[in-house]
Formats: sequence, C-alpha cells, structure tokens
Amino acid sequence: MATTVHEPPKIDERRDPSQLRIDSGKGGWRNLVPADGDLRAVKDYAPPPASTGIWVVLASITMTFAAFTSALIVREGSALDWRHLTLPRILYLNTLVLLASSIALEVARRQVGAFMGGAKDRIANPARWLYITLFLGLLFVAGQYAAWLQLRSQGLYLATDPNSSFFYVLTAMHALHVLGGLGGLVRVIHRLNGSILRKSTLDATSRYWHFMDVLWVYLLLLLWIKL
Amino acid sequence: MHDMSAHAHVAQHVPPTSFIRKHIFSLDHKVIGKQYYGLALVAVLVGMFLSWLMRIHLGWTNYAIPGLHLLTSNGAPGNVMTPEFYLQLMTMHATIMVFFVLTTAPFAAFGNYFLPIQVGAEDMPFPHFNMMSFWVTFVAFLVLVSSFFVSDGPTLGGWTQYAPLSAVGKVSGPGQGTGVVLWAASIAIFCVGQLLGSLNFITTTLDMRTRGMSLWRLPLSAWGWFITSCMGLTAFAVLMPACILLILDHVAGTSFFVPANLVINDQLQPHAGGSTLLWQHLFWFFGHPEVYIAIVPGMGIVSHVLITNMRKPMLSHRVLIYSMGALAVLSYMVYGHHMFVSGMNPVSSLAFSFPTLIITIPSTIIVLIWLGSLYGAKLRINTASLFALGFISMFISGGVSGFFLAQPSIDIMLHATYFVVGHFHMVMGVAAMFGIFAGTYFWFPKMFGRMMNETLGRVHFWLSFVGTYCIFMPFHYLGMAGNVRRYQAFSPDYMQRLIPLHQFITVAALVTGAVQLIFLYNLIHSRFWGKPASDNPWEATSLEWSTPTTPPPHNNFGDKLPVVYHDPYQYGVESSVGDYVMQASPEKVKSERDEA
Repeated sequence: MATTVHEPPKIDERRDPSQLRIDSGKGGWRNLVPADGDLRAVKDYAPPPASTGIWVVLASITMTFAAFTSALIVREGSALDWRHLTLPRILYLNTLVLLASSIALEVARRQVGAFMGGAKDRIANPARWLYITLFLGLLFVAGQYAAWLQLRSQGLYLATDPNSSFFYVLTAMHALHVLGGLGGLVRVIHRLNGSILRKSTLDATSRYWHFMDVLWVYLLLLLWIKL
Repeated sequence: MHDMSAHAHVAQHVPPTSFIRKHIFSLDHKVIGKQYYGLALVAVLVGMFLSWLMRIHLGWTNYAIPGLHLLTSNGAPGNVMTPEFYLQLMTMHATIMVFFVLTTAPFAAFGNYFLPIQVGAEDMPFPHFNMMSFWVTFVAFLVLVSSFFVSDGPTLGGWTQYAPLSAVGKVSGPGQGTGVVLWAASIAIFCVGQLLGSLNFITTTLDMRTRGMSLWRLPLSAWGWFITSCMGLTAFAVLMPACILLILDHVAGTSFFVPANLVINDQLQPHAGGSTLLWQHLFWFFGHPEVYIAIVPGMGIVSHVLITNMRKPMLSHRVLIYSMGALAVLSYMVYGHHMFVSGMNPVSSLAFSFPTLIITIPSTIIVLIWLGSLYGAKLRINTASLFALGFISMFISGGVSGFFLAQPSIDIMLHATYFVVGHFHMVMGVAAMFGIFAGTYFWFPKMFGRMMNETLGRVHFWLSFVGTYCIFMPFHYLGMAGNVRRYQAFSPDYMQRLIPLHQFITVAALVTGAVQLIFLYNLIHSRFWGKPASDNPWEATSLEWSTPTTPPPHNNFGDKLPVVYHDPYQYGVESSVGDYVMQASPEKVKSERDEA
C-alpha cells in the first residue's frame, strides 16, 4: 500500500517545551519567583497529555485484568470442577506474531522519527512499517479466532467448564483491546498521511501496543499454569 | 501572560456554530459539565420519587397509591405495592442515586466544568473522549430505566446484586432475568463513561496546568476531583469485568458466581462450582472506593466554599490533601467490612476491620481541620456556606456510627438493620447531596451569569437540613431496635410498634422531598431571571473567578491564558482589591500566606 507523505508531520508546538515563549515586562512569568528567591515548584511546561494519558489507560487495563485474574484464582479454589485444558498450539504462533508486530512498530517509530528529523530523502515511506504492524496485529486476532475454532471443535464451549469459560473470556477481552490498538494504529497512519501526526500520539500508540504484548505473554503464562 | 494565538488552530478551541455541536454533542467541557448536571438532576428526581413510593408503602402498607400501576405491569394490583415491586423500587432507587447522582453530580458535573478552569486550561486534553464519557453515561441511564418497561420489571436484587440470586435468571424472582442483564449492562456501560472521564481528569490535572500552577497551588476542589478520578480509574475498571462475568452467567450459562447443586424455588440450577463470594469481593472492591468517589469531591467543594467565606485558608492545605489521598488509598483495603455477615472467614473480617478503624483517622483529621479553621473565623453566611456547614454536620453525624460498624462483633448485630441504612444515607448520601448544593449555590453565578435567590436558598437549606435529620436519625434508632432493612412490611409484634416512627419518617421524607421543589424553582427561575452576577461575586481567588466574561468564553480565558502567581487561598491579606489577592494577579502583597 503506497502512501504519499507531502511534508514532515507537525508537532503541536504548544506542548513542545523548546517552543515556550518567555514573556517579559509587566505580568511576566518572572514574578513567579518571590523576592526572597524561593524557587517554588513552578511548572513551566507540561508533558503532552497523550504521554500521561496512555499510562492512565494502561493502569485501568491492568486493573481490569487483575480483577479477571483474581476471579480466576478464586473460582479455581471454590470447587472441584477445575479440569486441565490443553491450550491450542496456535497460541504460541500467535504470540510470535504479536511480538513481531511490536518489533515492526518500533522500526516504524524510528523511521517516522528519522523522517521527522529531516532524513526525508532516505526514508521514502515511513508508513510502510506501520502497515506491517497493522497486518501482523490483524493476523494475531485471526489466529486467536482460529484458537477458538479449535477449542470449539473439541466440544469446549464458553460454558462447558470453568477453564474454557476463563479461556474464552480472557482471550476475547485481550483481543478486544488489541482491536482497540489496531484502531489507534489506523489513526496514526491517517494522521501521518495528513501530516498532522504528533510524536506523542505515535509514542502513546506504540506504548499501548507493546503493553498488549506484555499483557498477552502474562495471560498466556496464566492460562498455561492455571488451566 | 503568554499568547494563545499560536495554537488557535486546535479544533476544539474554535467555538462551534451548529446547534448540535454547541448543545448536544459538544466538545466543550463546560457544556459537558452542565449536561452531567442535567442528567444528575433528572436522575435525582426519579430516585427521590421512587423513595417516596417506598416510604409511603412502609408507613401505610396497604395504601393504594394512585397511578402506581402505571409504573409496573404486575407489581401493583389495585395500586397496592407487592413485596417484589417494593424491592424493585429499592434497587432502582439505590442504583440511580449511587451511580447517576452521587457519582455524576459532584465529580463529573462540577469537575468537568471547573477542573480545567481551575488549573488554567482551555479545555480537557481529550475533548472527544469527554463527550463520549457523557453520552455513554446517558445511554447507561437509559438502559437502566428501560428495565421498567420489560415484562417483569427491573431487577429486585438490590444495588449490590448479590450472587447467586442475581446470576440465575427469572427463577429467583421477577426482574431477575432481563432486569438483571439490563442492570449489569447499564453499569458496565457506566464504567466505560467514568473511565473516559477519569482519563481526562487525571491528564488535565497533571498536564494542562497553566504556567505557575504547581500541584500545591491547585485549589482543594481540584484536588478532590483529581483524587476521585484516580479512585474511579481503578474502581470502575474492576466493576466492569465483574458485570461482564455476571452477564455471562445469565446469558451464556457459565458458572462464575453460581455454585453447584443450588436449588431455587424447587428447581435445581444448571450451574456448577461457582463462587458466590467472588461477586461480593469484586463488587465491594469497587463498592467501597465508590463511597469515597461520592464524598471526596464534596470534601473538596466544601473546603473551597468554606475558605472563600471564612476569608482565610484551612489550618493546613497540605494535610487536608494528604488526608483525602489517604482516604483514597485506604478505601481499597477496607472493602471487606461490607462482608462481615457474608460467611467470609472471621479472620478476614478482623483483617478488614483494622484498616476500617484506621480510615477513620484521615476522616477525623479532615473534620478537625474544618472545625479548627472555622473556629474564630468570621464566616460569611450565605446559602453555599450554610450547605457546606450542613455537609460537615451530616458527615460527622453519619460518620460516627461508622466507628461502631467497623467492628465485626457489633456489625453482625446491626448490619442487616436500618442502622446501616441511616449510616450510609447520612455519611455518603445526604452529605454528598449537601456538597452538590453548596457547589451549585457557589458556582451558579459563574455557570449562568446570574445569582440564585438567597432567601429561597436559605429556606431550602434550613428545611432540608432539619428534614434530613428527621428522616435519617430515626433510622439509627430503628436499627438498634432490631428493625431489619429491605423488608417491605413489618409484621412481627416487636416491629409493629416501630411503625409510627416509620410513618413519621415517611412524612418527613415527603416534606423534605417537596422542599427540593424550592431549589428546582430557584434553579430555573434564577437561570433566566436571576440578578446578573459580576465576574467574582464572592471575592474569591481561584482561577474560575478570573475569566474575562461570566459565564466563561468558549476557551475559558479569551486570548490569554492566565499565569499563576500565588497559592490558591490568599485571604486576609492587604491588596488593592480588598482582603484577598487572586491567583492570577501579579500584585505582590504584604503578609502573603505561604503554603507551598
């Protein structure tokens, strides 16, 4: 898929510390420092909200999956109907696909960064690796779907036993979050094409995406140990 | 002051022109705040109306309430409430009040409107998420209310929806089928809205502060919203998965919360091995922080209002903030005190009892700071400060009973009685409502550019204050007399003797409810015909009173963002404007109070 980028993406100058203007004269910022020279914790610039926001989002996702995890542990101990479930093998392949997508995204991030930094001639199409990430992400979700099909063919449905219930719920919730990340990637590509991508948006999206990896590896271990 | 024209290209800062963008799908935090307030107002009227119906039934059990059949298809034969319908009303009253009033008004409504202004920002950083947050909450409200229109009505399981009866479907009673699914779906949707809101609140506080606005220079109201959003972020993120699992138990036949061999109404349930306590753990891990989500914004608002009217800062700005933070942290560790009678291991009860007693320490510190600061202050008496005092009164009266309930041995006696009902209605219900009222009377001039009628306000306060005590203090006596809660009628002999007290409470509830019509009238009348308000009618210092116009312009501060020069509450100083100096004023004053 070809993408034409006409000019380097803009960075919103409002949030770029180097761009902050220092006014002088009456009402200027210097008055912040009282006459006694007490330099209070005065904040002159703030990080881009997306950088903070993404950590907030990740915290809430962590809480959600912590709740699921504690539910799983309590449910395991509450009755004797906990059986062993052999995880579909395709999950391991899916894991590699997801990890590969993260690597692709890192490459993309560097390329976009270099592109922004002026290496316009060397990098013809910084969005290419983003498309690769997108493709791998979709492949992962398709792989998860294949895993569900495999379970179904074994007669293991959502309500068959607690193990299958948790398997479907946890993998589906994770897949939903991955789909959200794919939406974020599409938005990044769209903004890159329109030359209005902020670095903070790209960084936030990639943090989210890498977190999906970490979360998945955690879930895989949890399922592998507990189911 | 620094120039904002450089980033005037940011879309949300251009005032919208179309009606839909301006008033309905608005990205402006001020409009979204007002939308939240409107939703809370509708919800509180619905919730109060439901409580009236319940109170009438409790006082006069066989009384036919005219028109009651309009609310239910089979819950009111001959307009007399059935026991099941009573429970359905109770569940809806509680759910609407806790989620759509106590969470929505003090946090989402006032926070949306004033947090960005108090930190000196043009808007929240993610206006689209902010808009979604309101509309998602609105949809959640519609989904909840829609359960009145399904065949067997809304759920009767109580706002806590204890499993397994909430998870097995119709067999456990009317409303336990579709009603529960709608309830759980509504709450899960609500969680999404609150998570989006929390995201905006946290990033606004951390990243959108204007130059000079260090964290310690934030007003206490902003701190209240910030701490609340941190709680909301973690609490609602746990309630949502719990609701998802509950829905799955219903519609997909899973067994997360339903144990094996469960027989309900002579029917063996097709479930196996679930844990009923699991639901309670997940629910109360959200549920207890929720109590503080309802009250901490009120604490911030009340502190803000009181300081302005005392003309001096609190004894300690920082300790108050630390205490609110301590409440937030401890609120996660105490949730098990809701489960002392649930069959949980008694050792766990003890483990939860300890932090519950500990959490009274920050609460007490906060109260002592309020009282100590009020001591000797020449308080300006107006409706807002009266409601702030009312908040403190309610918080103390309701909070004192918490000391008793924190101990499992006493709680076991009192837990299922009206004592607990009185406790939580005062300490989180009415107290938070008084916080909302204080905020409304205080900020109305800024929000609508007109003053509210002071005489009507004071009448509203005194009648509400006396009325709520008449309603909720007797609840404690009922509880100690052994009056169980959640019953729709009291047939045993010992409870029959309590019915006159119930009738008194009912009359008090009807009168106090009717008094709120004064508030409603004042609100609507003042909105259109109130006395025009000046930019800073209370001679306050924080940034919301520094906006170039009242109500603030679309981007809050016109073409210049304010720069902050002072701590938030510089009262009792000598300046060119009087006994205060505003945060955004570059004036240097003598005897500046140094908090930071």
